[in-house]
Amino acid sequence: MADESTGGGLTIKPMDQFLVKPLFGEGPVGLFTISNVTLWMALAVLGIVLMLVVGTRGRAVIPSRSQSVAELVYGFVHNMVVDVSGKDAVKYFPYIMTLFTFILFANVLGLIPTSFTTTSHIAVTATLALAVFLTVTIIGFVKHGVSFLSLFCLTSAPLPLRPVLAGIEVILYFARPVSHSVRLFGAIAAGHAVMKVFAGFAAVTFIAPVAILGMLAIYALEFLVAALQAYVFTILTCVYLKDALHPHH
Amino acid sequence: MEGNIAELGLGAGLAALGVGNVAGNFLAGALRNPSAAGGQTATLFIGMAFAEALGIFSFLVALLLMFAV
Repeated sequence: MADESTGGGLTIKPMDQFLVKPLFGEGPVGLFTISNVTLWMALAVLGIVLMLVVGTRGRAVIPSRSQSVAELVYGFVHNMVVDVSGKDAVKYFPYIMTLFTFILFANVLGLIPTSFTTTSHIAVTATLALAVFLTVTIIGFVKHGVSFLSLFCLTSAPLPLRPVLAGIEVILYFARPVSHSVRLFGAIAAGHAVMKVFAGFAAVTFIAPVAILGMLAIYALEFLVAALQAYVFTILTCVYLKDALHPHH
Repeated sequence: MEGNIAELGLGAGLAALGVGNVAGNFLAGALRNPSAAGGQTATLFIGMAFAEALGIFSFLVALLLMFAV
């Protein structure tokens, strides 16, 4: 990107980093093409396996460094599920742990220069959010049957207002997967685009020091955002799960 | 094109006001009752996420205007 500023003509292409390319050879990307998305998703899974399986292999009472990292992450997500969704949601803890670790690793691996951020694509985040939406809706209907629909009935509101509020609640319910996915995708894609814009400015000699300092600051912010968005995605999943398990207001 | 980018800036700035409002009010409440603050950090982040999402929606609209429309 930086080498493209020739003769004062500054070209910044902040969106080039999001291109999905086949990993081997050229050609169109089909459904089963092994692309850079596949590679970095596989690396995220590999990282999770390294942390949780290889890291805890010692099973020591006094944990080693790698084991205590894995235990910290496990305990953090477990506490989140119990605090937000309640004790009866621990059954769904594996799913939520999977979501958290996958998004965290995908985000953090995406911060490595020249790597590819899988969560910066709406296709990836929308799949995750739709999976959460379907799971939560199915859990709600299986656990409560038709009375799950009482989620949309606000008993604390005055009676004439309830149909209106129920309509709004239904719209909000179906807006959940949209906001859930767009939040993660938008935060990551916007952050990476901003980083690339600063990187482009660094090619201009007289503002390069400022641009590099700005880049450093944005990079630090992006590191925070990577962890925070994984946390937010997971905690919203917990909130939706709580609604499905206890729909009665 | 310039109009779209101005919209994006406006949306991002207004979302920043929202996020700042959430964080500031949380801090004000937390300083009044520090013992209750620890249990509410999850609520803080959920509130921030909701405020931030609307700013990101403006970014999404700008992206759609730039690339899709």
